[in-house]
Amino acid sequence: MSDTHAQTVGYVRETFIPEQAPPHAVTGPVKWLRENLFPSWFYGILTIVSVLFIFYVLSIFLPWLTGGVWDAANIRECREIFAGDSAGCFAVLTERWHQLLFGFSYPQHAYWRPTLALILLAVAVAPVLFSNLPRGMLAFTALYPFIAFYLVWGGTILIPLVALAGVIGGYLVYAQLVDRSLVGGLIAGVVAAAVIWWLGGFVTAEMPNLLALEAVPSRDMGGFMLNMILGVVCVSLSLPIGILLALGRQSSLPIIKWICVVFIEFVRGVPLITLLFVANVVLAYFLPPGTNFDLILRVIIMITLFASAYIAEVIRGGLAALPRGQYEAADSLGLDYAQSMRLIILPQALKISIPGIVNVAVGLFKDTTLVSIISMFDLVGMIRGPILASTDWNGVYWELFGFAALLFFVVCYGISQYSQWLERKLATDHR
Amino acid sequence: MTAITDPPADGFKLSMLINDTRYRGLTFQFVALILLIVMMAFLGMNLVRNLAAAGLNISYGFLGEPAGYDINQTLIDYTSQSTHLRAAMVGLLNTLLVAFMACITATILGVIAGVLRLSPNWLVRKLMSVYVEAFRNVPVLIWILIIGTIVTISGANPRDFLTRGGSVEPQSELFLGMFAFTNRGFYSPALDLGPGWIVVLIALIAGIVGAVAWRWHVRRTLYNSGRLLPSWPTWVILIAPVVLAQLVLGAISLSLPDVESNNFNIQGGILIGKPLIALWLALSVYTGAFIAENVRAGILAVSKGQTEAAASLGLRPKRIMNLVVLPQALRVIIPPLISQFLNITKNSSLAIAVGYADITATLGGITLNQTGRAIETVLLLMLFYLIISLLISAVMNVYNATVALKER
Repeated sequence: MSDTHAQTVGYVRETFIPEQAPPHAVTGPVKWLRENLFPSWFYGILTIVSVLFIFYVLSIFLPWLTGGVWDAANIRECREIFAGDSAGCFAVLTERWHQLLFGFSYPQHAYWRPTLALILLAVAVAPVLFSNLPRGMLAFTALYPFIAFYLVWGGTILIPLVALAGVIGGYLVYAQLVDRSLVGGLIAGVVAAAVIWWLGGFVTAEMPNLLALEAVPSRDMGGFMLNMILGVVCVSLSLPIGILLALGRQSSLPIIKWICVVFIEFVRGVPLITLLFVANVVLAYFLPPGTNFDLILRVIIMITLFASAYIAEVIRGGLAALPRGQYEAADSLGLDYAQSMRLIILPQALKISIPGIVNVAVGLFKDTTLVSIISMFDLVGMIRGPILASTDWNGVYWELFGFAALLFFVVCYGISQYSQWLERKLATDHR
Repeated sequence: MTAITDPPADGFKLSMLINDTRYRGLTFQFVALILLIVMMAFLGMNLVRNLAAAGLNISYGFLGEPAGYDINQTLIDYTSQSTHLRAAMVGLLNTLLVAFMACITATILGVIAGVLRLSPNWLVRKLMSVYVEAFRNVPVLIWILIIGTIVTISGANPRDFLTRGGSVEPQSELFLGMFAFTNRGFYSPALDLGPGWIVVLIALIAGIVGAVAWRWHVRRTLYNSGRLLPSWPTWVILIAPVVLAQLVLGAISLSLPDVESNNFNIQGGILIGKPLIALWLALSVYTGAFIAENVRAGILAVSKGQTEAAASLGLRPKRIMNLVVLPQALRVIIPPLISQFLNITKNSSLAIAVGYADITATLGGITLNQTGRAIETVLLLMLFYLIISLLISAVMNVYNATVALKER
């Protein structure tokens, strides 16, 4: 075999042929163009149509943006400056930015307070979002609601302090008793907190001006600030309620399960706007005579209920996705229901459901614009009401709607990018 | 230590209601039920007392009273003398109309955008991501307002189309001689049903039945004998009867928008109002972005091995798509798609922002303000949406049960 082989091979090259550059068509920009823009005649046509479309849009949009007027007192001045060109009248933003962001009644000299609250929000939320930050920052997260309340609503510092004392007192009592009985601990904790708040009420009434910031009533909140307040408050309040509802729906106790199912399906079956109608015109009938809630508080209640039903469904998905073995393992360790949920099930289920919760949060934040339908002056309500209706700016649609869309886009896109990043980080399968 | 299999069978003690897991569940449920009843009673008492204090009662009598307001777009006969109930019915039908239209267009848009997001064309891919992200991250209310404004300021004056009996050269021509987009709305030809239209309708139904039967026959032949019959007869069977009936009888004719007889406005045809167009477009484009993401996820969910396995069996690309990829992708796509339809229905309640008379705008808007019957109207409103949602989720559950993977 080897003999014949040796005879048939006539020539063996002993040196390599020098490498040649690959043909132009398979490298560099040409290759990229061929593969990505003109892989077939159909996609070639699509590419050309897309380029024409982009060019058309930019040819309208860019002159509108770059030729825009940023300094004018009203739309008529804007039009004089354009002299017939179609350009943006951005002067409305420079003149009314404070109304768009803070509403028309929030005192102008106090704008630093909500702004500071927003910056602190970033600090408070950071350790929740990024697990590699020092855990000590969570202490600030726990304090944040009280700080934010003090900053945004003002009034004496005693109110948030008493609230904080009540929460801490309640937690200490709960922590003492939780090892003996979860329910007993919870009830004792709530009672302790209530007692501290009740006592604190007397202290607050005695010194209403201690370290007081100028008090701003809720009805003066408006603009984008109102959207942020509603979004942040409702999402954070609806999380615990959503967890309870999800657990209730998974529970083996028929009455509790039935209550949760009816609540969740009812809330998910009606549009948010009808719940806002309830907050606006119906809820007052169901409260004790003489109580007079803020509209903003009623709206917060209804949006929280709305969001908690959706979050409950997301968390239920997380609970269902956990392997059965986790539940059985917890049982076999001898943990009771509360312990197994707190220590084994919920930490894993919540981790799975974070992307879903973030989606609900984004949707909810977008839905806060619906309050403009029941004549609250959030960002959209501000634009549709006082600004577009004024004689100065009647007809400046694109600049205002564009500004509102941009604000929401920045926030929501940011959150959804975070959610995708988190999903990639949490993904443990290697596909 | 001895293993105790059964707890000691001594008598029932009251403390077991808290400490024994066998009875604790009962205690919890009892407490929850009591709390629920107490809360309901509390709310109910407040309601009764508040109503008594305000001199009101709960009564649906107002539904029979004349509404006294006009509605610009109605599917059924309605005048301002009609009852509130009639107004609510108009609103209900309008809600269903815009939701139905938006579901169809949103699905088409979403499928196109979702497929194009996976295309090999870089530019198209990026363009579609811009579309999806722009619409997903901005509130639907803002999009409704933006598109509402675009629709409101565009369109020519209807007078520009008028020929005034042929005496004037119109500034604008009807598109294809039958459509006109004016600042009052969109004019399109109406279907005029002449005598014998029922025959045409029957022919149409017969065509559909025949086409379905042919498809069934094709499939059975394929499975039984492996012979593939051609698919073009489907279309012939579908279209031929209705076209023949129409040609023979001439029962159905188009009544075009009339630009000649009146000197001020276009007469005849169907006028689709601007609010409807605005809401329809906005809901379609907005929800289309969400559906695009569902479609993309569904196609990506079918693993590459499936396509490759089908190819190795010798199937051609179109067959692979129809027989292997789509059936598996649809299982992933359909459930979120249906919940998007639900979202469209719920989001159509924002019609009030562009002045479209859906049920929220009629019953929950003008009727509520005129009669002051807040509880009754809001309750009816919720009931209506709830029924639609429950119907749609019932359909979804049935579908899920049929396509669910049968394993173990």
